[in-house]
Amino acid sequence: MSSGLYSMNKREFDIAFDPKRVKPYGDTMNDGKVQLSFTLPIPADELAKEAAKLYAMKMGLEEPSVVHMADLGVGYSFFVVYGSCIHTIDITDIKVTKVESSVMSMDEVDEYIRKNIGRKLVVIGASTGTDAHTVGIDAIMNMKGYAGHYGLERYEMIEAYNLGSQVPNEEFIKKAVELNADALLVSQTVTQKNVHVQNMTNLIELLEAEGLRDRFIVACGGSRISHELAKELGFDAGFGAGTYAEDIASFICQAIKA
Amino acid sequence: MSSLKLDVRLIGSARESAMQIAGDVQEFIDIHTTVAVERTITRLLGVDGINDVGTPLPNVVVENIKNAGGLGIGAAYFLVNAVLNTGLTTQEIAEKVSAGELDLTKLPAKPEKEIKDKAYELAAKMVERIRSNREQRDEYLNNIGEGKRPYLYVIVATGNIYEDVVQAQAAAKQGADVIAVIRTTGQSLLDYVPYGATTEGFGGTYATQENFRIMRKALDETSREVGRYIRLCNYCSGLCMPEIAAMGAMERLDVMLNDALYGILFRDINMQRTLVDQNFSRIINGFAGVIINTGEDNYLTTADAVEEAHTVLASQFINEQFALKAGIPEEQMGLGHAFEMDPGIENGFLMELAQAQMAREIFPKAPLKYMPPTKYMTGNIFKGHLQDALFNIISIWTNQGIQLLGMMTEALHTPFMADRALSIENARYIFNNMRSIGDEVEFKEGGMIQSRAAEVLEKAAALLKEIAEEGLFATLEQGKFAGVKRSRTGGKGLDGVTEKDAKHINPFIELMLNR
Repeated sequence: MSSGLYSMNKREFDIAFDPKRVKPYGDTMNDGKVQLSFTLPIPADELAKEAAKLYAMKMGLEEPSVVHMADLGVGYSFFVVYGSCIHTIDITDIKVTKVESSVMSMDEVDEYIRKNIGRKLVVIGASTGTDAHTVGIDAIMNMKGYAGHYGLERYEMIEAYNLGSQVPNEEFIKKAVELNADALLVSQTVTQKNVHVQNMTNLIELLEAEGLRDRFIVACGGSRISHELAKELGFDAGFGAGTYAEDIASFICQAIKA
Repeated sequence: MSSLKLDVRLIGSARESAMQIAGDVQEFIDIHTTVAVERTITRLLGVDGINDVGTPLPNVVVENIKNAGGLGIGAAYFLVNAVLNTGLTTQEIAEKVSAGELDLTKLPAKPEKEIKDKAYELAAKMVERIRSNREQRDEYLNNIGEGKRPYLYVIVATGNIYEDVVQAQAAAKQGADVIAVIRTTGQSLLDYVPYGATTEGFGGTYATQENFRIMRKALDETSREVGRYIRLCNYCSGLCMPEIAAMGAMERLDVMLNDALYGILFRDINMQRTLVDQNFSRIINGFAGVIINTGEDNYLTTADAVEEAHTVLASQFINEQFALKAGIPEEQMGLGHAFEMDPGIENGFLMELAQAQMAREIFPKAPLKYMPPTKYMTGNIFKGHLQDALFNIISIWTNQGIQLLGMMTEALHTPFMADRALSIENARYIFNNMRSIGDEVEFKEGGMIQSRAAEVLEKAAALLKEIAEEGLFATLEQGKFAGVKRSRTGGKGLDGVTEKDAKHINPFIELMLNR
């Protein structure tokens, strides 16, 4: 491969870190190295390899190197490509929406609720819409929790209801009213063609249509969810990968007190 | 050769408890029928299609009977009585019922003997069709052969049957041996089977008889092309268990997910309904030569894989007995289990190895279905690919039958074409490179692996003894499986269950069991 991966050529870029012009890092500051893989719906041959390379250039990669091409069997081909990305990012100009609450332990959450709210909080959760996966909501709600982080069912000051999977939004809201919930948790694990976004939007619309939106704290979670996306869709908070029950419990109790 | 030196007497007593558990439930099954069972009989007697508002004719027929209080007497009796009265075919009769021109329960009753004889005569035609499908599969297997075990099992789930065909053929060419077409979300809770070819679905594609036919035809073509018989798998669970089994038998599906316990625990389907449904579905699957897959792996997505390992084994024992009662030979019992322990556990691999080897030794002839890590898969696809590799190592070491391939993008999205290809490459590399490791490596006497298996077996035997004393229904009510509690009269579908009348006929049970 004529990739230049092992090239001894003199570098023609500035190797000083500049927060206004940050680039991906391979093994040298500002080398811009990225790896990506994708499939093209064309047969695996020299033409396909060239197409993959030109496509990578269109994505802003300099000297793209197609290091692997595989025939996927029906006239489609798979590529692994490396290259140096020309784009930079100014990190001094980025605003991030983060969940604004401090994270407490389970005992601290219970204590906080006792002291500041004085009654048990009712939290209902479900994997709503078409999603049949309960892994996410179970990790947050089940007694046992996940990776050593106990779930909401174990919190003394939280009454947790896990409604399971494929709960229609209408039913979810009905249950929330029936149980007089304080907070609603929506889990979206596996999605197809971004159906999770439609589904979450639909929940907020239904709540608004029934004049119930302000009655509940509404949060969502899942590997494809960010706080920013959640806020954009009208949720109070969104939790991505690597969050546990205490992150959510901390947020809920502080949001209710506020 | 790797061996756990398990306590043979303990295996025997666990099996005996399971036999008693299944026997008790079978007494209940034998005196009940359901709307799904009757719709299945209706289909097997030749009724298909939908009416002008889209209701499947088998539903129309069974509703007509049920509304007149005749469900316990059953569809075979009334349909055949109508055939004898009118001289029409069952299909023509169903169309007349749908048009409101005929009420099945209002026709004069022919002598019971005459009805019974005619029912067996009509049933024999369908039984022959299914038998010839089975023979055709054997012919394919004999003439063009099949992949080595563990069979590589992958999923397609585009929602559009025609797009599924593209994905499935690609997967077969990449090396897959079993293609499962995931059903659209929520189909398990429909109390009817949709009709015709479908192109819209969420997270999967509708199971319809036409979709089965389209995919089987496509895979037959690919089988000839790649020189390997490609098996087709679908989902025989939910509220239409036996109907899907019948459609699969008619269209030569090869593998079916088929587990009442799964429906009870994870889909909240009523236990009485689904256990009766399961029995008939397994009779059909058994006769059709279909490998069933049970859903024990799912317990571990909600319960802890280390602490609850014995519930998986206990359920495998119970599923084995239910399968035997429905005439399914061990060679068609794809009992399920999974690689779902927290990857952070020290020596977790050894415990997984013990669990998988234990299932192999206890169910030596079963084509065990081994499920990949899902619960502890993260967005880190690189680690995920390694987790799948460890899972593949255990599979080849312990000689599993069917390997549901893990995808590094598990928990992110339904597989891309390339995800599947990478996954197949991973498995083929490991299976080939470590092919005989199980024959070569022995476990340390009394070491961690043997001790772990002994402990799990002991707990499973104790749990089975307890269930045998209390009964399966009571156990499910207490939440002993997967930590999920279900009530005997709760869940979906109970209103479709009724006691059989003395006049009830189901010719297929006898014809299929005494093959």
